[in-house]
Amino acid sequence: MTASAAPLPPRRRLLPAWFRDVFSRPSGAIGLAIIAVHLAIALLAPLIVPYDFAAQDSKAMFADPSAAHWLGGDHLGRDVLTRTLMGGREAILVSTMATGLAVLWGGLFGIFLAFAGRFVDEASMRMVDALLAIPWILFVMLFVAGLGTGMGVLIPILGISYGLSIVRVVRAAALDVVTRDFILAARARGERRSVVIVHEMLPNVFDTLAVQAAMTWSWMLLGFSSLSFLGFGATPPTPDWGLMISDARSAMMVSPWPVLAPMVALSSLIIGINLLSDGLAKALGVDRMKKAAV
Amino acid sequence: MDARPDVIAAEELQIGFVTRAGEPAAIVDRVSLALRHGVSLGLAGESGCGKSTLLLALMGHAKAGLAVTHGTCCFEGRSLFEMPQAERDALRGKRIAMVPQNAGQALTPTLRIGAQIDEVLRFHTSLGPAERRERVLDLIDRVQLPSPAELARRYPHELSGGQQQRVAVAMAVAVDPVLLLLDEPTTGLDVTTQLHILELLRGLADQSGTAMVCVSHDIGVIARLCDEVAVMYAGRIVETGRADDVLVRPRHPYARGLLASIPRLKTGAVPEPIPGRPPTMGRMPQGCRFALRCDHVQDRCRVEMPPLRPLAGGAVACHFAEQLGIWQRPHDVAATALDGADHGAVLRVEDIAITYARPGLLDRFGLGGKSPARAVDGVSFTLEHGEVLGLVGESGSGKSTILRGIAGLWPLARGRIVLADGSDLAGPVDDRPRDVLRRVQLVFQNPDASLNPRRTVREILTRPLAIYHGLTGQAAAPRLASLMADVRLGEDYLDHLPSQLSGGEKQRIAIARAFAADPEIILCDEVTSALDVSVQASILNLLADLCASRGVACILVSHDLAVVRAVARRIAVLYRGRLCEIGPAAQVALAPRHPYTRALVGAVLEPEPGQAIESDAALIEDAGGGPGGCSFRSRCPRSIPLCAQTVPDLLALDPGHAVRCHRVREAVA
Repeated sequence: MTASAAPLPPRRRLLPAWFRDVFSRPSGAIGLAIIAVHLAIALLAPLIVPYDFAAQDSKAMFADPSAAHWLGGDHLGRDVLTRTLMGGREAILVSTMATGLAVLWGGLFGIFLAFAGRFVDEASMRMVDALLAIPWILFVMLFVAGLGTGMGVLIPILGISYGLSIVRVVRAAALDVVTRDFILAARARGERRSVVIVHEMLPNVFDTLAVQAAMTWSWMLLGFSSLSFLGFGATPPTPDWGLMISDARSAMMVSPWPVLAPMVALSSLIIGINLLSDGLAKALGVDRMKKAAV
Repeated sequence: MDARPDVIAAEELQIGFVTRAGEPAAIVDRVSLALRHGVSLGLAGESGCGKSTLLLALMGHAKAGLAVTHGTCCFEGRSLFEMPQAERDALRGKRIAMVPQNAGQALTPTLRIGAQIDEVLRFHTSLGPAERRERVLDLIDRVQLPSPAELARRYPHELSGGQQQRVAVAMAVAVDPVLLLLDEPTTGLDVTTQLHILELLRGLADQSGTAMVCVSHDIGVIARLCDEVAVMYAGRIVETGRADDVLVRPRHPYARGLLASIPRLKTGAVPEPIPGRPPTMGRMPQGCRFALRCDHVQDRCRVEMPPLRPLAGGAVACHFAEQLGIWQRPHDVAATALDGADHGAVLRVEDIAITYARPGLLDRFGLGGKSPARAVDGVSFTLEHGEVLGLVGESGSGKSTILRGIAGLWPLARGRIVLADGSDLAGPVDDRPRDVLRRVQLVFQNPDASLNPRRTVREILTRPLAIYHGLTGQAAAPRLASLMADVRLGEDYLDHLPSQLSGGEKQRIAIARAFAADPEIILCDEVTSALDVSVQASILNLLADLCASRGVACILVSHDLAVVRAVARRIAVLYRGRLCEIGPAAQVALAPRHPYTRALVGAVLEPEPGQAIESDAALIEDAGGGPGGCSFRSRCPRSIPLCAQTVPDLLALDPGHAVRCHRVREAVA
């Protein structure tokens, strides 16, 4: 039954309905909680860490956890807890900004392609396919080698390369929407193309875009950490999870803590983001449309 | 008398689910029916009344999430829901067969027609391959498809919609079932094709004594096909009896309302909608379920549910059935002759042609080869100030394409479209000035697709106000309020999303959006075909009222001649992109001259049993006309050699009535 009797609740609330939906699911709520903890730590880390992240203490070299160093010390005698708490700051900043960039250009370009004529669409998509065929890490390393590391280089490069897959997904979703009559109605009304894209198309591919954004965020985080691990991301002595794992891995058998701590931190954040994207997908997918219909 | 048990007998059958609140809700509520061998029963009612759920239950199936919560359903005396699964599977397809609504989707696209029919035989009989092959060809022949051997090798997509439906019928009758279940068997087919399929089904059932249960939203189909009728409302049968009783002398107020809401070609009476909408599942009123919408409601109806009780050969579930008096079907209206006064044209369409294929890269350099198919060819007509012009034709006749051409959504290959003040509408939408765009507004067929599902009604209606009148935010509020009043919806609907509205309400919003522009012309593309009849009537009335009160001219495109007849002043009939007849509505509907119009008129199913089929309705099925000459000649029962040579001209008969046919010209000369 699609017919429903009045009165229906008004649509606008403090938080949009889909957001409350994400919160009310276990995966979404747990994911958001994990992310919130990580963000809080990243923001407050300089205030709460017990030591200076670069301070070397020869007595703490390869030290096991103790009251003074809760997670022990690394090969230079630096406090692992301090470095782990600080280690997400650059990764989170870079991955969030790069994700924003990827979603922005990938989303808009994807919708644009769905509108554009056959020729532009075909040409652009084949180009995207060709670029996607190159392993992204080579792609990024190429630019980093030429332009140097640093956020000013990493954010645009990561954003552009990860945006390619968003273009694909959003274009596919938009192609489905573009054939619907309300787009035709908008054209017949004489709407400008930009209005049609923002006003008519965007709300209808928002679901896809939101889920894709969350997934891209987690890939991006992993990607940035891999770059750091390879020495192309964060520059020493900045504390960074990827870098910490890379530095400490040779002594892993003797002293596992400098490797384990950043690993746990990194994977918990990625799990949190994945849980969020799962919750988003469920809240924005068919479930929501069904709910509105009953 | 037949000593065999009833083919199918449902006893107090209840099918439902448990709501989130933990309360039981019944989709089909204590329905009892019994069907003897060889009898056909039609199930009528608005969508959501439980027709399809009941139909599936008759073959022992409950949709996912539903279960039988009370009662039994017996096939030849054996309870369908209690027998083992294997036994039930063996019955289906063999003893009980079903013809699905959309055969195009029910057939497997990758299997040849012959193989699909053969599958039924392989599963349900022990025939050898050679015998089966013979049976397949025989079946294809029985459903009157041409050249069986050749057709058996084709794939479903190579067949027309009507042919696909015939294949579905062939599969259903392959092993001579005793019960045939039909789920909207002709919905989506052209009227002439529909008539053929119904004749076929009727003939097959009579031949082999098969009982049928037919679900249809179209009472005309039921009137044509069925001996008995059961009218369902909110999960219950409210009236049942012989078709010639129930459809001619309905007793239940709902059955009466349903019959009054159907547009009738012959009388042209304006259909009357049933106000309100059916109650929501799980929120059923305590007493009579129709009480909220009933004109004759009394206190007793609100507290006590009326049982289905026998009355004059049938059965009715109404406390006051005897007191309601004799039902008058919507009375005939006098044929309103055109007053002859010149109303002045608001739109002139001059000799337009529209081709399907957009010019490709090769065509631009003159390398494209053969010229693309003409969807519309040489169509001219004028739309007069404040009139409703009906544009009728079957699918592929180019009627919607003409609307798109006028709206600038499809380029014209030839011809001109001019507004009253001389503004040219030939250019595409992007080249038209805003004011010209404002004057021509479109309403689409399916409001589910034409309203953005992520925008509230307020946002949807504010767009045209903003574009054409510069009204946004608070400035638009008074206009929004008056628009909602115009389409008879409360202002609280403004903050709803389209998915929270019913089909009829959505279409009202779509109409409001068109009127928000203050147009001169409204183009309506099959605006009621996605709606229930009871809702259709209210939309048609609304559209007619709004156009009349604002002096807006309207082109109403429909495949249904009766719908157009109810509101149009003039009717134009299209066939394969050419206008074959245009004239005053009553003349075209009652005294059609073109053979195709006559066929269309003859194929309209009035909701009354026992009509004779007019000879012209028995069209030859479409064989595809060759180039040149009259495009209708390959189906025309009256064609002469001249028809293959030249395209007939549009010949003016009476003032305002013109026909494109050599035979008519002959007769007049």
